[in-house]
Amino acid sequence: MIEIIGMTKVYTTGKVNVEALRGIDLKIEKNDFISIMGPSGSGKSTLMNIIGCLDTPTQGEYHLEGMKVAELDPNRLADIRNQKIGFVFQNFNLLPYATAFENVEIPLIFKGDSFKKRKARTEELLEIVGLKDRMDHKPTELSGGEMQRVSIARALACNPSIILADEPTGNLDSVSGAEIIEIFVDLWNKGHTIAIITHDTKISSRTQRIIKLLDGMIVDGGGA
Amino acid sequence: MALLMFINQFLRDIKSQKLRTFLTLFGIIWGTTAVTLLLAFGEGLHAQISKASHGLGDKIVIMWPGRTSKPFQGLSKGRVIRFKEEDAFLLQKEIIQMGQISPEYNEWSVQVKYKKNVFSQNVTGVYPVFADMRNMIPEEGGRFINALDIKNKKRVVFLGDKLKNDLFKEEAALGKYVFINSTPFLVVGVMNEKKQDSNYSGRDAYKAVIPATTLSAMFGRRYLDNMVFKPRDPKQNEYVKEKVFEVLGKKYRFDPEDKEALMMWDTTEMDKFFNYFFYGMRVFLGILGAFTLIVGGIGVSNIMNVVIEERTREIGIKMAVGAKRIFILSQFVFETLLITFIGGAVGFLISWGILSIFPMFKLEQYVGTPTFSASVAILATLILGLIGFFAGFFPARRAASLNPIQALRL
Ligand SMILES: Nc1ncnc2c1ncn2[C@@H]1O[C@H](COP(=O)(O)OP(=O)(O)O)[C@@H](O)[C@H]1O
Ligand SMILES: [Mg+2]
Repeated sequence: MIEIIGMTKVYTTGKVNVEALRGIDLKIEKNDFISIMGPSGSGKSTLMNIIGCLDTPTQGEYHLEGMKVAELDPNRLADIRNQKIGFVFQNFNLLPYATAFENVEIPLIFKGDSFKKRKARTEELLEIVGLKDRMDHKPTELSGGEMQRVSIARALACNPSIILADEPTGNLDSVSGAEIIEIFVDLWNKGHTIAIITHDTKISSRTQRIIKLLDGMIVDGGGA
Repeated sequence: MALLMFINQFLRDIKSQKLRTFLTLFGIIWGTTAVTLLLAFGEGLHAQISKASHGLGDKIVIMWPGRTSKPFQGLSKGRVIRFKEEDAFLLQKEIIQMGQISPEYNEWSVQVKYKKNVFSQNVTGVYPVFADMRNMIPEEGGRFINALDIKNKKRVVFLGDKLKNDLFKEEAALGKYVFINSTPFLVVGVMNEKKQDSNYSGRDAYKAVIPATTLSAMFGRRYLDNMVFKPRDPKQNEYVKEKVFEVLGKKYRFDPEDKEALMMWDTTEMDKFFNYFFYGMRVFLGILGAFTLIVGGIGVSNIMNVVIEERTREIGIKMAVGAKRIFILSQFVFETLLITFIGGAVGFLISWGILSIFPMFKLEQYVGTPTFSASVAILATLILGLIGFFAGFFPARRAASLNPIQALRL
């Protein structure tokens, strides 16, 4: 379902070039549950952003469900981000002025759902992440764990087959972190394809496969 | 569906971004109202002053007797030059550019009486054209002195509005008799109230005007106090004045170049002054208005700038969850248009409202009637809206053309 061949990513900041990815080959099959590990700065986020169509590689190929992502136009990419891939950020990236309900609802608005449909779906999603009673709260009125659950609900909004999470528990205490992980395991059981970046072996041990990155290269777990 | 999406997005953002929306709205409302009121009061003041300055008469020349300052054809200097009623006809005949001319007699402190009300007032004797030159307009139902009154030396009187009120109070005056030095005069007209900021023989509102012929017979007058004339075309004022000196110089034997032989007051000179004055005032108001708009515009664009960081992040988040560029930009444009429209409409209504209740404060006699100008309000709104639009559009477009991750990092 996801196939990456010889991918590189070079960041150019001023005169310095940073090679964040240096030839990545990676395959992820449908309903895989993988974790990506590696020291800070090894390129994990860079890789996941590219997989999530939030960023573009410098070189290499990325096939998503048979499509060559490099050849897709921006609108098609927007649709993919909207409906095929759900992204969970370490720092949540919620709209600060919007309530939990409104944050979860956003992807549904871009999908073009009617108000009635959106309302039902948003409530369903908040129910799934256990926040139905907090849906009128703004992010500042929620704990870290709750904010992350809101962002997971948002990622799930259009029922994407792929869920990508970049250190979803990185900013959370261990109890909240454990709860979040259970949500991901649940989703995996429901058939979603899931990739999680983490430093926590308690999390990676729950996944099927661990991919280890070092200096922009996969040192373990790349093949299917 | 796409439209529904904008509206959903928009309503939600407006609702959640109350402060930002309010500040932008406020900037536009404030700018529009301030500029509209500024120009309205400026125009009102202009109209007021120019109306008052024309209360005496519009583009007229008033001429009084003078004293020669040069010897002429053996005659010594220092002779008084006076003129008579018939000189008005002479001037009218000799000078084709002469539009209207009226002799004027004034009798000061004459007793004017109606029933028990007695006042000592200025009685003026003139010809019918005087009314037109001096903007003395009769109230409904009445009239000014006419040619027949002149011919038959009729005892009819046209009363200034204040004098009428003093004499008659609430009572109607038309068709009644007032006594001028014990002689009964029929009231044929009452003057419409008018603004008059200058005069030479008392304010018209307090005058009793009678036919010139009646006055000269009644008071035994041979010489006029003055004449009032109005050239056909105000541009010919200088020429006509010279001709008056020539014609009367020939008749009364003084040097036409002797500018002291006759005294003249040309009100077009005052007009010229007012025109310069108002030109200056317009420039001043224009600059003030421009500054108000600039300040308002800076306010609006500052608000846009303050929210750019926030907005860029917001755009990054929205793109990360599937917003297309076109939606983001359309939403921005739509939002700006709507805020501008609402802000402009509110500013429009506020200024219109203020200007419509303004007459209640009864300040017109000081500042005139400020006139609401829809085009000024619309223009001010448009300018502010455009400033806000450009201040916000380019950063928004830049953010929307980035990868979502880049927008999130900005
Ligand atoms: N936007 C960027 N500009 C320049 N360098 C970057 C940028 N993002 C990441 N990098 C660099 O790329 C490398 C990989 O970063 P990242 O993918 O965030 O690593 P990880 O998520 O594993 O900590 C690091 O050296 C980081 O400094
Ligand atoms: Mg990272």
